[in-house]
Amino acid sequence: MGILEVKDVNKRFGGLQALGNVNLSVAENTCHAIIGPNGAGKSTLLNCLVGKLIPDTGSVMFDGQSVLGRTPFEINQMGISRVFQTPEIFGDLTVMENMLIPCFARRDGSFALHGIRSVLSEGELRDQAEQMLEEVNMLDKRNMHSASMSRGDKRRLEMAMCLVQNPKLLLLDEPTAGMARADTNNTIDLLKEIKEKRDITIAIIEHDMHVVFSLADRITVLAQGTPLVEDTPENIKGHPKVKEAYLGEAA
Amino acid sequence: MFGLDKKDASLLLIVAALVAFAPFLLNPFPEGSAMAQFNAGYPDLMQRFVIFGIFAIGFNILFGLTGYLSFGHAAFLGVGSYAAVWMFKLLSMNVIPAIALAVVTAGVFALIIGYVSLRRSGIYFSILTLAFAQMSFALAYSVLTPITGGETGLQLALDDPRIFGSATTAEGNIPVPGLFGLEMRDSAELVFGSWVFTFNVGYYFAAIIMLASFYLSIRIFRSPFGMMLRAVKSNQQRLNYTGLNPRPYTLAAFVISGMYAGLAGGLMASMDPLAGAERMFWTASGEVVLMTILGGVGTLIGPVLGAGLIKYMENIISKINSDILHSWFAFLPDGLEDLIVTLIYPFIGKGWHLTLGIVFMLVVIFLPGGLVQGGQKLAALFGSKKAKDPKNATTEPAE
Repeated sequence: MGILEVKDVNKRFGGLQALGNVNLSVAENTCHAIIGPNGAGKSTLLNCLVGKLIPDTGSVMFDGQSVLGRTPFEINQMGISRVFQTPEIFGDLTVMENMLIPCFARRDGSFALHGIRSVLSEGELRDQAEQMLEEVNMLDKRNMHSASMSRGDKRRLEMAMCLVQNPKLLLLDEPTAGMARADTNNTIDLLKEIKEKRDITIAIIEHDMHVVFSLADRITVLAQGTPLVEDTPENIKGHPKVKEAYLGEAA
Repeated sequence: MFGLDKKDASLLLIVAALVAFAPFLLNPFPEGSAMAQFNAGYPDLMQRFVIFGIFAIGFNILFGLTGYLSFGHAAFLGVGSYAAVWMFKLLSMNVIPAIALAVVTAGVFALIIGYVSLRRSGIYFSILTLAFAQMSFALAYSVLTPITGGETGLQLALDDPRIFGSATTAEGNIPVPGLFGLEMRDSAELVFGSWVFTFNVGYYFAAIIMLASFYLSIRIFRSPFGMMLRAVKSNQQRLNYTGLNPRPYTLAAFVISGMYAGLAGGLMASMDPLAGAERMFWTASGEVVLMTILGGVGTLIGPVLGAGLIKYMENIISKINSDILHSWFAFLPDGLEDLIVTLIYPFIGKGWHLTLGIVFMLVVIFLPGGLVQGGQKLAALFGSKKAKDPKNATTEPAE
């Protein structure tokens, strides 16, 4: 029984069957990649996991509880954090403030009035945030206006904001899209390090096969809304169906 | 100091000093001189400066921090005024219970209106709040006449119960609002040569409350709650996926700013114990939006400056008439004098709105950050120390 169990999930958008009978089981403390050509339903599946979309039928269980019908912030409080395809950060705030908000969310829940004590007096949370920034090599940028950073830095900040919450499950939606090779390799190293250091399950959607094969323990190939195969990276590489549906085109 | 960092504390002290010495600062011209026209140091106007300052400070907590543009905030001002006048009618002429009830009533109203309106954002939120405010105005003007006094407004009467105070004064008049014996309309005058400075009890009472409100707003800006509100403005999607529910945060901000408006309404009634439905009219809601934008949205001091500027123009420019213009330009040859007076005339008197409109357009186009940004640019121009530090105390969060 995995930490995330997706059973018989269907989702239609009008006449389009975006997801058809998707079954997926992600084992705890592994990295599970979901690959597939454009329009295969990867993002739809991800949106069903975080409460942005509700599947028409089927069930999504996380850590023994159903996530269906819950709002995104409730699902986050259950221990799922999500990194978006284009970095979603608080652009008007400084890097440090961006980091403090998830810390507050983890400590105080989805809403708290906090009183009128200054943010500066929250020493413990600041330490936590600084430690995480150190881990992603961004401590020197803590007072920067986050909107003025490069895309790669925004992505790293978003990842740090997710990780500082110590999520049980980290969902990554194409974390290296639009990154330079060097940045991609940095991200891979960072994710590898995170996997080793923490008890964390990672589900990743990715187009870059280099990233997928260096991180994933298991890979699910989606095509036209249905899982084609699920196997280890070694077996996926040589799988004829996959070659035909996806890798063949890419190569 | 007071739990504030250095910049905020000095800002608070500067504002406190300006407010305390306002009777001098606003009366720079000797009585009877031609420029006495521009003196703003009389109690009525000074009271309006600080009361609308409170209104704008509160509005800025909602608009400046969360970005939700409420177009119906005058409703809370009106509700506060009615509540305060009812306390004067029923309880006593002491301003403390009146203001307390004004704040509470406005808070309850804001909770109801905010709960419904905040289901939508952007322009739909603005329209919903506008609709509620106009509804309140229409109700107060007609259906609710027994409570609001309808067209004539709510006034005190000699036969009001006033159970904890006297219904009439010894002379048989309606008593005036006061604070434990200090009457709000009492003034002391200081005559200094040809200058006359007026110190009014009501003004200083309102000013102390304004400083307290300003202090509270600084604390809110610097608190985790204020940070969350700025996060709401910045990226609601990320906030949601970070495990935070934006709705209660925005609702809390809405209620707080509604209570600020109620406080302003209660103070208005305390200075002059009557309340009319026109205080809820949509132009009054629009005025506070103008004040906040003119001064600088999301800055600490901006809304107060904006409120001051608009009230100054409303009361001073509107008083200039063509006779005064003719006396100013009397030194010019007749034809030229008439020409200049004709050119300036549309901008004065009842045309002060035109002047306000032009000033507003100029500020929005050239100083999107409002008067505060103008101040920063001036400071940069003169190469003061502030200019080398791009993070101005009024706009940037403390880090």
